[in-house]
Amino acid sequence: MNADTPLQSITLPDPLRLDNGRVLDSAVIAYETYGELTADKGNAILICHALTGDQHIASAHPATGKPGWWERMVGPGKPIDTNRFHVICANVIGSCMGSTGPASSALDGAPYAMRFPVITIRDMVRGLAALLDALGIEKLHAVVGGSMGGMQALSMAANFPDRAERVLAIATTARHSAQNIAFHEVGRQAIMADPAWNGGDYYATGASPGAGLSVARMAAHITYLSEEGLTEKFGRRLQDRDAKSFGFDADFQVESYLRHQGLAFTGRFDANSYLYITRAMDYFDLAEEHGGMLAEAFADTKARFCLISFDTDWLYPTAESRHVVHALNAAGAPVSFVELSAPYGHDSFLLDVPALDRVVKGFLG
Amino acid sequence: MTKLRPDLAVILDHVEPGSRALDVGCGDGALMAALRDEKQVDARGIEIDPECVERCVSRGLSVVQGDADRDLGFYPDGAFDYAILSQTLQTAERPDRMLMELLRVGQRAFVSFPNFAHWRMRSALLFKGRMPVTNHLPVTWYETQNIHHVTVTDFRELAATMGVSINHEWFFANDRPIGSAGVSWRAEYAVFEVSH
Repeated sequence: MNADTPLQSITLPDPLRLDNGRVLDSAVIAYETYGELTADKGNAILICHALTGDQHIASAHPATGKPGWWERMVGPGKPIDTNRFHVICANVIGSCMGSTGPASSALDGAPYAMRFPVITIRDMVRGLAALLDALGIEKLHAVVGGSMGGMQALSMAANFPDRAERVLAIATTARHSAQNIAFHEVGRQAIMADPAWNGGDYYATGASPGAGLSVARMAAHITYLSEEGLTEKFGRRLQDRDAKSFGFDADFQVESYLRHQGLAFTGRFDANSYLYITRAMDYFDLAEEHGGMLAEAFADTKARFCLISFDTDWLYPTAESRHVVHALNAAGAPVSFVELSAPYGHDSFLLDVPALDRVVKGFLG
Repeated sequence: MTKLRPDLAVILDHVEPGSRALDVGCGDGALMAALRDEKQVDARGIEIDPECVERCVSRGLSVVQGDADRDLGFYPDGAFDYAILSQTLQTAERPDRMLMELLRVGQRAFVSFPNFAHWRMRSALLFKGRMPVTNHLPVTWYETQNIHHVTVTDFRELAATMGVSINHEWFFANDRPIGSAGVSWRAEYAVFEVSH
């Protein structure tokens, strides 16, 4: 969010064609890399980030100072071993960590705000492919992603079938369900109901729709956790008090936790980016892009696939991964799939699940 | 490399190099790895146990965690030259439908199973009046996954009823191949290669 933070980025030489028919001129893609690229450029792994993620996968976040979001998975000697692989992670277009998004300046010098085009997952992937072109990387050892990152990985396999030798999609789906869209709509309405949102034009007002964005994050955060996990972590325990207050303060630990999550989020994320990226996810339906047949989406790819789901993930449950696996079977693509047991719900892909590490490491070879 | 179980070794020996095979209930992927490494077979697997799937993925094999009774239906007709079902037929909800599915997705199928008419089984029933517990059927009747016990004779009959041709058959006792004389009571387990 801090415009003064030096971020590694490139400006795409060609206009980026978008699914809505418009083009994005001079789009900037901010990215980070870890590990050396070999002379034959054959050891590159592209990792795609999730909704509110960023390119700082294994290094401190410039705004919050917190460790990278997948440091437990990516680094020297880690399952995605940067001693062997050149790992690339780029901020998706529409986001707010250096890549072109609604907070970026349009050609007239003012922020795009709601003038930013509505983008899709495929548009994000076009941006990533253009970045790879610019970096001179023709073929990826693998494209890897969890959640929205998994959607990008699948979309890359479908739309750029020769780009990656391996596709690893974790805790993800090939289409947003009505329930997925419903939760996102709650978040968007919370943002747009905040008077400070001001039709998206808040960048110069000195006020931002933090209250709305915070509620959006709170609602979404619930979907990332399992009921079992919430019960174990908080139960009905009270927050710093011995009795209920008979008021609307955060009596319960779970309330306090969610409020904290919401508030912390507003410090690192742009509300308009949240609108655009959730929209892109809701529009995602890989089968629809390919004549209604998901198997058709994978007809041209020679990649090997691995899908991983978690038994407590109710946001993108195992059935969604199986749906993709069955389409890959029908397309004759080599695919592995495993449902792992982990207590943390959707967020399991970010947390300590040793079996996940083993499968990731094993699949990447 | 560890030595393959004799029924798997027979399958390995009789698969055409460079063919496509689906190993249903592939376990830790021992046969698939051998098919890939020794016969350049494009091998895919289905396995119900997640830890086995994990081991398969680590070996670079393409294995889907799933239930053969449910998930075979998602493979297209004739997608494979061979469908392989090792020591699993007797656990299927409906072995007859399983056999049909194997021959839908595969041109040919290898099916192996423990022969419930082996003399040890017969003697356990005849003299002790008990469901047998042996090396090849080591689990008691109330815990076993083997819900459809089958004999060599039963399988031949099922194949005939379904119009399925038996191209080859192999029999084993004490983990060694045996001749076909008296296999109904001598064979501990059998491997059949079948096709339509």
